[in-house]
Amino acid sequence: MTDSKYFTTTKKGEIFELKAELNSDKKEKKKEAVKKVIASMTVGKDVSALFPDVVNCMQTDNLELKKLVYLYLMNYAKSQPDMAIMAVNTFVKDCEDANPLIRALAVRTMGCIRVDKITEYLCEPLRKCLKDEDPYVRKTAAVCVAKLHDINAQLVEDQGFLDTLKDLISDSNPMVVANAVAALSEIAESHPNSNLLDLNPQSINKLLTALNECTEWGQIFILDCLANYTPRDDRESQSICERVTPRLSHANSAVVLSAVKVLMKFMEMLPKDLDYYGTLLKKLAPPLVTLLSAEPELQYVALRNINLIVQKRPEILKHEMKVFFVKYNDPIYVKLEKLDIMIRLASQANIAQVLAELKEYATEVDVDFVRKAVRAIGRCAIKVEQSAERCVSTLLDLIQTKVNYVVQEAIVVIKDIFRKYPNKYESVIATLCENLDSLDEPEARAAMIWIVGEYAERIDNADELLESFLEGFHDESTQVQLQLLTAIVKLFLKKPTETQELVQQVLSLATQDSDNPDLRDRGYIYWRLLSTDPVAAKEVVLAEKPLISEETDLIEPTLLEELICHIGTLASVYHKPPSAFVEGSRGVMHKRLPARTGSGESTESPDVGTAAGGSAPEAAPSIIPSQGDLLGDLLNLDMAPPTTSGPPPPTTGMQMGGMDLLGGGLDSLLGGDLGGSPAMGAGFGAAPAVMPASLNAPVGGGLGDLFDLGGGVGMPMGAYIPPKIVWLPAMKAKGLEISGTFARRAGVIQMELILTNKAMSIMTDFAIQFNRNSFGLAPAGPLQVLTPLGPNQTIEVSLPLSTVGPVMKMDPLNNLQVAVKNNIDVFYFSCQYPISMLFVEDGKMERQVFLATWKDIPNDNESQFQIKDCHLNSDAASSKLQGSNIFTIAKRTVEGQDMLYMSIKLSNGIWVLAELRVQAGNPNYTMTTIRRSGS
Amino acid sequence: MINSLFLINASGDIFLEKHWKSVVSRSVCDYFLEAKEKALEPEDVPPVIHTPHHYLISIYRDKLFFLSVIQTEVPPLFVIEFLHRVAEMIQDYFGECSETVVKDNMVMVYELLEEMLDNGFPLATESNVLKEMIRPPTILRSVVNTLTGTSNVGDTLPTGQLSTIPWRRAGVKYTNNEAYFDVVEEIDAILDQSGTTVFAEIQGVVEACVKLSGMPDLTLSFMNPRLLDDVSFHPCVRYKRWESERVLSFIPPDGNFTLMTYHVNAQNLVAIPVYVKQSISFFESGSGGRLDVTVGPKQTMGKTVEGVVVTVHLPKTILSINLTATQGSYTYDNGTKLLVWDIGKLNPQKLPNLRGSLSLQAGAPKPEENPSLNIDLKIQQLAISGLKVNRLDMFGEKYKPFKGVKYITKAGKFQVRT
Repeated sequence: MTDSKYFTTTKKGEIFELKAELNSDKKEKKKEAVKKVIASMTVGKDVSALFPDVVNCMQTDNLELKKLVYLYLMNYAKSQPDMAIMAVNTFVKDCEDANPLIRALAVRTMGCIRVDKITEYLCEPLRKCLKDEDPYVRKTAAVCVAKLHDINAQLVEDQGFLDTLKDLISDSNPMVVANAVAALSEIAESHPNSNLLDLNPQSINKLLTALNECTEWGQIFILDCLANYTPRDDRESQSICERVTPRLSHANSAVVLSAVKVLMKFMEMLPKDLDYYGTLLKKLAPPLVTLLSAEPELQYVALRNINLIVQKRPEILKHEMKVFFVKYNDPIYVKLEKLDIMIRLASQANIAQVLAELKEYATEVDVDFVRKAVRAIGRCAIKVEQSAERCVSTLLDLIQTKVNYVVQEAIVVIKDIFRKYPNKYESVIATLCENLDSLDEPEARAAMIWIVGEYAERIDNADELLESFLEGFHDESTQVQLQLLTAIVKLFLKKPTETQELVQQVLSLATQDSDNPDLRDRGYIYWRLLSTDPVAAKEVVLAEKPLISEETDLIEPTLLEELICHIGTLASVYHKPPSAFVEGSRGVMHKRLPARTGSGESTESPDVGTAAGGSAPEAAPSIIPSQGDLLGDLLNLDMAPPTTSGPPPPTTGMQMGGMDLLGGGLDSLLGGDLGGSPAMGAGFGAAPAVMPASLNAPVGGGLGDLFDLGGGVGMPMGAYIPPKIVWLPAMKAKGLEISGTFARRAGVIQMELILTNKAMSIMTDFAIQFNRNSFGLAPAGPLQVLTPLGPNQTIEVSLPLSTVGPVMKMDPLNNLQVAVKNNIDVFYFSCQYPISMLFVEDGKMERQVFLATWKDIPNDNESQFQIKDCHLNSDAASSKLQGSNIFTIAKRTVEGQDMLYMSIKLSNGIWVLAELRVQAGNPNYTMTTIRRSGS
Repeated sequence: MINSLFLINASGDIFLEKHWKSVVSRSVCDYFLEAKEKALEPEDVPPVIHTPHHYLISIYRDKLFFLSVIQTEVPPLFVIEFLHRVAEMIQDYFGECSETVVKDNMVMVYELLEEMLDNGFPLATESNVLKEMIRPPTILRSVVNTLTGTSNVGDTLPTGQLSTIPWRRAGVKYTNNEAYFDVVEEIDAILDQSGTTVFAEIQGVVEACVKLSGMPDLTLSFMNPRLLDDVSFHPCVRYKRWESERVLSFIPPDGNFTLMTYHVNAQNLVAIPVYVKQSISFFESGSGGRLDVTVGPKQTMGKTVEGVVVTVHLPKTILSINLTATQGSYTYDNGTKLLVWDIGKLNPQKLPNLRGSLSLQAGAPKPEENPSLNIDLKIQQLAISGLKVNRLDMFGEKYKPFKGVKYITKAGKFQVRT
């Protein structure tokens, strides 16, 4: 009696037999025959030859038979479009049936028949069904619109189905609402700019109501849709959060994760001192923990997302370390993810527990997992400074186990620990040396050789050790060869007397007997250095190395923000922005976390006022007009250009880009730019070419950059970005060429770099560091060069910068000294950043404060200069400048002159106030700036 | 949304395919099969696989792979949850989820899949609704169908489909009205060598079997609801009442369902019902080693621990073992190196012990890894967290139902390190 019987075949041929049965007069036999056909179809057999015979069975009162025929139709209609037309009449008739089930079935099946000709006939029945009295039919019809859109988008738009669909969002039945949202979301994915889901407080309210009553799947659609909404203020944000929170207790993990997404996003808008904010944080932890007790596949997705959440808000799960402990029978993909999160949550408070666990894992069976566990111990040492000692001793214990791959991994990570804490743990070197012979992986050998070379002066038999490696020099991998060469040169510089022979041997091996150009070149460089100037050689080879960065594996903040907006999606599983991999999503919009804004107008609650960002500095900072301070220099520096009509420049020594930090800087931002680029060097002072009426024309000089480019380039803020220039030429850096620029995007200063490998070997292990500088610029994360850079490859990276690094006055002020490291060496270069990058988003001063400040500041702090050839009217100038965070506070018109009053706030809290005079018809602006320092 | 579904058995044969949008060639599964080849165990196949044009999201359940193909950005959890529903649906309809059962009921499975998704959007996944659309097979029904020519497919709209309580069908009638609740708790724990708890938590679930006529409105309350750290509910539970009064108020689905799941993870609250004294050691010379395991009751609240089974994955280099058990019996599979010691009931007076020698393959070094012990156990009539049901009240219907609550504690992922 089972369906297996449908698979037995006879000698005559299956198709032939089925054909006969399908045309039988007996109803029962017909049905059985159709079932056989379907069974064959499900296992992938081609039964399309039976198309006319099956379609003939369609006209029936038996619902099961009808459904079976429909199933067949959906599969094969595409291959037999002409025949499929035969079915249309039945569909149209069924759409009028008294039974809603049949009406829905017909409209549903019709949408699944992906044949163009049929879609024409579908429009009328679909229109009726979208307005059907029965909600079951309406909700089926809503999905049908999405199907139709997939087949023929134009038709759907022309027929006005999208509008009908939008109306269904207000339907009285929650299931219909959910399906309409789902259909609209799917359609919107292929039309990113269509604004289909036009969300406003009213529609949000409807969605929230439907959320409580619809099915679990509908809840997912609605929550995902809600996540795209940006609330007007923190109150709306809070009220949505309150209504979404109960979803965290849903049994369906997808509902839970979608709710987490909405909450994580909207939380961003809540003031941190709000009680509710704390409550919400507490509510988020338990459901995330519960996800980890679900099936392993669900756990995996949850863990990938938790990985993002702990990077964004570590406080949520900081007490839940134990749930991430790895269980023996977890699948390997779960184990590896848990390990990653354990390291992210590691802190001084729990490090002892974490280490004990990691040590336990290092004795497990799975080699990959064991290796990762050992690496994790090293990462803990680098992350939690207080634990470094304990980590090292744990690693030593592991080395004692003599398990080959454990020892090798341990040595690799100990090398990193040495780089983070130099001159601290050399006592362990003896133990490491004991295991020299067991190392057979290049990475471990190279690490060991590095250690020996670096600490050669403390290892008595360093020369013997290195010599032993040298014996099989030609069989080693390049990595080991290079390391060995460097290590022996280091050894020679430290102990020249005993090792002369050794160094000669390695140099000749590297230069004469090797085919590897990298090795040969490095050999020659050392050779020449050593033979011409040993002192210089010492300076170069034994130079102090920059410490390795703490968290080399953190996701870049802007990407993290975007990924947080995509919690629960594929993007969150792959930790890549959707634009990077989702096929068919043409021009996906980048999502950003909403900025925190107060509910501006509603002044009845006092806390709201202060929530409105830093835009209202009520406590006006006192003015410190001391001559020697930073801004004094800043302003004085600008005096150099001939356009200056203010007081004579007190300092004239600085000629380079720095001379126009503000003047020039502002210049390049505005037309020639009241803005940033001349700081980069090239001809600010020179009068630019006259700008044609069209703003998009290219301009030669610094002036005009901002006005020009700001409009053209698709920057969200319209902030000015100078073009990239070469900072580090390839010949100075062993083939690595770096060019770059600075930009300010969404409040984050970005250093945008293009790295080009012009050498013959692969470059890896990039890292970057800055010297102390005037504004405390420092990398906010590691340099994200994840893949090795092959010869002739180029990679673009943007590095977010923070302004909380150590400060040291530079000359010129905007000079930045940078060190870039790769597997080959460390390179230094300096570059200058446009001062406009430092203008912060909340630099808009309140009118009253502005007025008072303006009056208060003594004239000494004032400087004036002119901006030439700027063909913008004052409004355009003002909005252009706003793009670069120069805010117009007030505008006055006196005798045909527009006077714009503006404020700028620098990242270090210094305020600059400016007056811009624009005379109609005169392309030259006069700018007067005064400054005061912040608190 | 979800494009296609493939069912694949453990040896990699595709035995069912269903497409909700255009047909995707089954060659797409090659990427998955490749990943499956690479994985050591079928459990280790990564659940999300990226191919040039599609994403493959799969689950492994009941020795079958459920593989779905998606083309656009769809929440992976949504897909995984749905795949588990498919597995549950097959289990629910046919009593088990296996290749044979699916093949035997190919057409019905296909019809069900069609009901569950429309264009990749979930349509009806509630068991109650599905059963009204397509009736589950029974011997009686198939006989009747053959005789009368009627079918298993319902021809009216399921009532639950549109009401605000989609999980319950209307017009339910029983002669015996009964409601049973099983409180099942699983202990997930890791104990270290010395028996100290490294990590422990309780995963609890309240399974219900409610066979009540009409539209009953139930209220279930606990003696100590504050015990629970996190709860997830069946959609029928009114969240507001739980928030304010800590009672479960709901109109139940008809038949079997999971009312709620919860977890308790405050470390000191979790009682560990057994202790394990073990030593597995190998001689430095590398010729062999010894194994000695004793299991005894610890915090059992006076109840008997039953169904105790100890499972050990011995190192790969073991050649043979020679052990004696004072209670129960052990089996050892030399292919998988899996030692299973089935103890049965724990007797506090006479603790079961398993000891003996292990011999290694000639020339093999001393094994590097420490095998872990997995413990299975069962305690009847006890929820180890201490959770107790206070009372069950029914509103909305006149009759007096028969009510019952059962407690059981089991080992979940209960692991002892050596």
